[in-house]
Amino acid sequence: MSDSHSLLVQGRVWNFPDDNINTDLMMPQSVFAKPLQVQLRSVFATYRPGWVDAVRPGDIIVAGRNFGTGSSRPGSFLLKQIGIAAIVAETINGLFYRNCINYALPAMECPGVRELASEGDVMRINFATGSVDNLTQNITRSAPPMPEFLQAIIRAGGIRERLKAEGYL
Amino acid sequence: MGMTMAEKILARHSGQAVVRPGDIAVCEVDKIIQIDLVFSASAEMPKRISNPSKIAIILDHAIPAPTVGDADGQAIAREFARRFGIEKFYDVGRHGICHQVILENGLALPGQILTCTDSHTCASGAFNCVARGMGPLEMLQIMCTGKTWYQVAPTVKFELNGSKPGSVFGKDIFLHLAAVAGSVEGHNIEFAGSGIAGLPLDDRATLATMGAELSAEFVTFPADARAIEHLRSVTDERFEPAESDPDAEYAATYAVDLSSLRPYVAKPDFIPHNTLPVADLDEKIAIDQAFVGSCANGKLEDFRVAAQIMRGRTVAPGVRFIVTPASQKVLKEAVRRGYVETLLEAGAVVTNSTCGACYGGHMGVLGAEEVCITSSTRNFKGRMGSPSARIYMASSATVAASAVAGYISDPTPLLAESL
Repeated sequence: MSDSHSLLVQGRVWNFPDDNINTDLMMPQSVFAKPLQVQLRSVFATYRPGWVDAVRPGDIIVAGRNFGTGSSRPGSFLLKQIGIAAIVAETINGLFYRNCINYALPAMECPGVRELASEGDVMRINFATGSVDNLTQNITRSAPPMPEFLQAIIRAGGIRERLKAEGYL
Repeated sequence: MGMTMAEKILARHSGQAVVRPGDIAVCEVDKIIQIDLVFSASAEMPKRISNPSKIAIILDHAIPAPTVGDADGQAIAREFARRFGIEKFYDVGRHGICHQVILENGLALPGQILTCTDSHTCASGAFNCVARGMGPLEMLQIMCTGKTWYQVAPTVKFELNGSKPGSVFGKDIFLHLAAVAGSVEGHNIEFAGSGIAGLPLDDRATLATMGAELSAEFVTFPADARAIEHLRSVTDERFEPAESDPDAEYAATYAVDLSSLRPYVAKPDFIPHNTLPVADLDEKIAIDQAFVGSCANGKLEDFRVAAQIMRGRTVAPGVRFIVTPASQKVLKEAVRRGYVETLLEAGAVVTNSTCGACYGGHMGVLGAEEVCITSSTRNFKGRMGSPSARIYMASSATVAASAVAGYISDPTPLLAESL
């Protein structure tokens, strides 16, 4: 297990292999004005019913291409709140990626990762070096590491913590 | 090696001579656009902001307020504008969908950087502006500090040549590109080619807006004479366009002969590699609702073509045809030119300007198992209402022709008859 803003994450894998999994599936428009607890219940509720109940803190999402395509709604915030500790995908939508960094949810692109893990495998990801290890099957991949500038945002706990520290909030 | 438009703009704004893909550029933001949805009782507001003259507030998603929560949020937006002295405030009556209001009022200028919390913010790339959607938290940071970071992305070039047939519009060009190139996440899109000069600004704005559906980082058009003439008519603000260098490097180039295109349609749930010519649909798809609207296609050009098709015709029995203007200004002009009356005579509903049905908010939400043909921005499952509704996407001409027929139809014959 890892602390909540760590760039070295070890956890259990959930596979989301489809391409183009979008933000509306993570956070439907119908919950925008609802309390946080209702929003958390809505995460992938129509796409993968019951999944939210099975997630444990520290789990990792392994995803396909164009993960998180869609709107600016903070689906990454909800994923972090339900306990997801990291996302590794074939490719990630840029707006969703920014939201991940800004809410201190480490995310990374790793070509070939979709074939790397079966659901339930234990994976270790080092975002600073780009190494992705499937500890269950003893397979390793490497991806471009996260830029130092973005690592610093995650280590600070996201940009809200920074704005508070700088007296803006 | 030269730079692309986006690279030049990011270099200028980060005080660097050159930036390359992969670099981090921390940039001063020129225009900060806030929409109604970011203001609510639970949203965190800053104690101080960097520069109120860079901020515009545009109410668009839930206008006029359909719920008490929306009304309360909009009251908070008004108070925020008063407290921080934000003069560019587009309240109900001056409102429109933010990207349309930006384009109409020259808020996005060539060579500038613009940010907004709506994912279709790349719309402003139609005017050579580096613009993208940001999460609400990042928008809060930009209001406070005036700056944000960009990781410079490689660029894909879409080269448009020739001139399009009369039944082909910006949306068809986009849906064709989606079939050819698929999604381009992690890349910018730059439009080029001799075909741009003949494209109306509304079609360029459609193409730039829809870049979000291919997960583009930025979409940029060159600032040509037509674009600059419009901007000079609405603003005195100085600007410096960014041209791409002849030796700029591109990750890929796709050339399109516009004269070869036909009307296109996207099938439900996603756009990349999920589009085809309307004439190639292998089944007759009956519709419950036809929708013309959104930042992408609620423009005067959309009203013009919809009215052209509907003149002397009627909406098919059992079909609801809803038309939502992209701004109050579009609505006023569509009324003045008689387009609205033509649409109403045909049995269409013309609403107030708002994001409305496009995001499943209000004024045209879909019920279970319903089928919709839309010229709006997004066809995700559940986007416009029930998760079991099916959303097809096409140009406003195809939407109007489908409203007449009762099933998804190529508009070419109706356009030819109604010239």
